[in-house]
Amino acid sequence: MEIKVLGPGCAKCQKTEQVVKEAVAESGIDAQVVKVTDTMEIAKSGVFGTPAVIVDGQVKAVGKVPSKQDVLKWIKK
Amino acid sequence: MAEECCVSGGNIMILSCSGGSNVGQLANQAAVELTQEGFGKIYCLAGVGGRLPGFVQSAKDVDQLIVIDGCEMACGRATLLEAEVPIRDYLVVTRLGIEKNHDFNLKREDVDRVKSAAKTSVLASPSREAGA
Repeated sequence: MEIKVLGPGCAKCQKTEQVVKEAVAESGIDAQVVKVTDTMEIAKSGVFGTPAVIVDGQVKAVGKVPSKQDVLKWIKK
Repeated sequence: MAEECCVSGGNIMILSCSGGSNVGQLANQAAVELTQEGFGKIYCLAGVGGRLPGFVQSAKDVDQLIVIDGCEMACGRATLLEAEVPIRDYLVVTRLGIEKNHDFNLKREDVDRVKSAAKTSVLASPSREAGA
């Protein structure tokens, strides 16, 4: 599983990365967390803002820090 | 898109019908000018209609969203409903007393009327973040 965290590097983006990594560790699922900071790469996803989270190509959240429960729900499906 | 890091409260997505009539183009022109003035950002209704995941999820998650349709065909509204995006603020240009035709020489006063109505609608709605 690949989880992308999109964001140039502000506090909310960093928090999102932290939440995602905590959820992955808690779940025990084999997942690679990739931080995408390049604005051109972010634009290609079509998201309106950041932070954004993409799980295996599916955009799960845009413009907000997800809860750990949300992330666990996405990766356990 | 995604030009700013960390979208905060007060961020407004504007989706306009942009259809093939004066009222469709009035909706589009109002969306363009509101964006230029810093009142929200125009976004791609076609991306939502095409079910591109980044566009659909963005419309679902954004703090505030207004759809501006040109006429009662309500294509913008239908596009969002088909994509299961909840309708929040909603405006139809013909309901402002502007008659639908195919004269694309848009009148300044009509553009301003649509912009004013869009602002009034959005400002009367609490943002998600404020209500959270």
